[in-house]
Amino acid sequence: SLFKTKVPPVWRRVFRKMSQNTPDKDDQTSSNKKNISLPMSRVRLIMKSSPDVSSINQDALFLTTKATELFVQHLALASFNGSGKETNTLSYSDLAQTAEEKEVFHFLTDILPKKILARDYLQSLDQMQDDDDADF
Amino acid sequence: MAERPEDLNLPNAVITRIIKEALPDGVNVSKEARRAISQAASVFVLYATSCANNFALKAKRKTLNAGDVLAAMEEMEFERFLEPLREALEDKEKKPDSVNEKSREEEEEEEEEEEERMEEEPEVEAENDAEDEE
Repeated sequence: SLFKTKVPPVWRRVFRKMSQNTPDKDDQTSSNKKNISLPMSRVRLIMKSSPDVSSINQDALFLTTKATELFVQHLALASFNGSGKETNTLSYSDLAQTAEEKEVFHFLTDILPKKILARDYLQSLDQMQDDDDADF
Repeated sequence: MAERPEDLNLPNAVITRIIKEALPDGVNVSKEARRAISQAASVFVLYATSCANNFALKAKRKTLNAGDVLAAMEEMEFERFLEPLREALEDKEKKPDSVNEKSREEEEEEEEEEEERMEEEPEVEAENDAEDEE
């Protein structure tokens, strides 16, 4: 498995320990339970790639990981409630639409650009060409 | 040290599970949507880290702490996360088991390794200077 080749032994023990947490009696999703699902080691790697970051305290890493899970839930649900509901499917365009509409997701517009049909793009290019010609 | 692009991605299986659990039963999620959410999550980590780091720098600290992350969430307008985050942190404190201790050991190990690496670099530069003088 992936864990055996890429994850150092100490982390394998940590993950085993975390997955041993017994489920809550009330029906909560695993992301709402006290344990977290995303690997903190991977989140740490991403955090360290940010310039000027010297070191990260353990609680900060934990909170960032947990926040990322909450973020994934929030983005998925907001996008589904936005336009996905109509088709009972969450598709890329729902995400792009949400990134554009909701201010809290504006930081995602560069990586979730809206897609346009090739012919519409070519048409708008022609339009720009016509505008340029008109100037001369 | 340059990271391979895939190293900065979060595991697809976990992302998919979190998405599925957040949505009503039976909703389809396209592969493209899953990939996009995963990338968005990585961008979120970077944005949150950068924001939290500003708070740490303002306080003249070199280590990012929990307060910085919470302040970042508020700055990014994710106030809805503050309550569940605080609860999660409290619950973690209540369980002083080997999970927390092992993680701290891991962090100490990594910090030691970084210090060793930093000690090695000046020696390389000194050698180059010596060669130039000849």
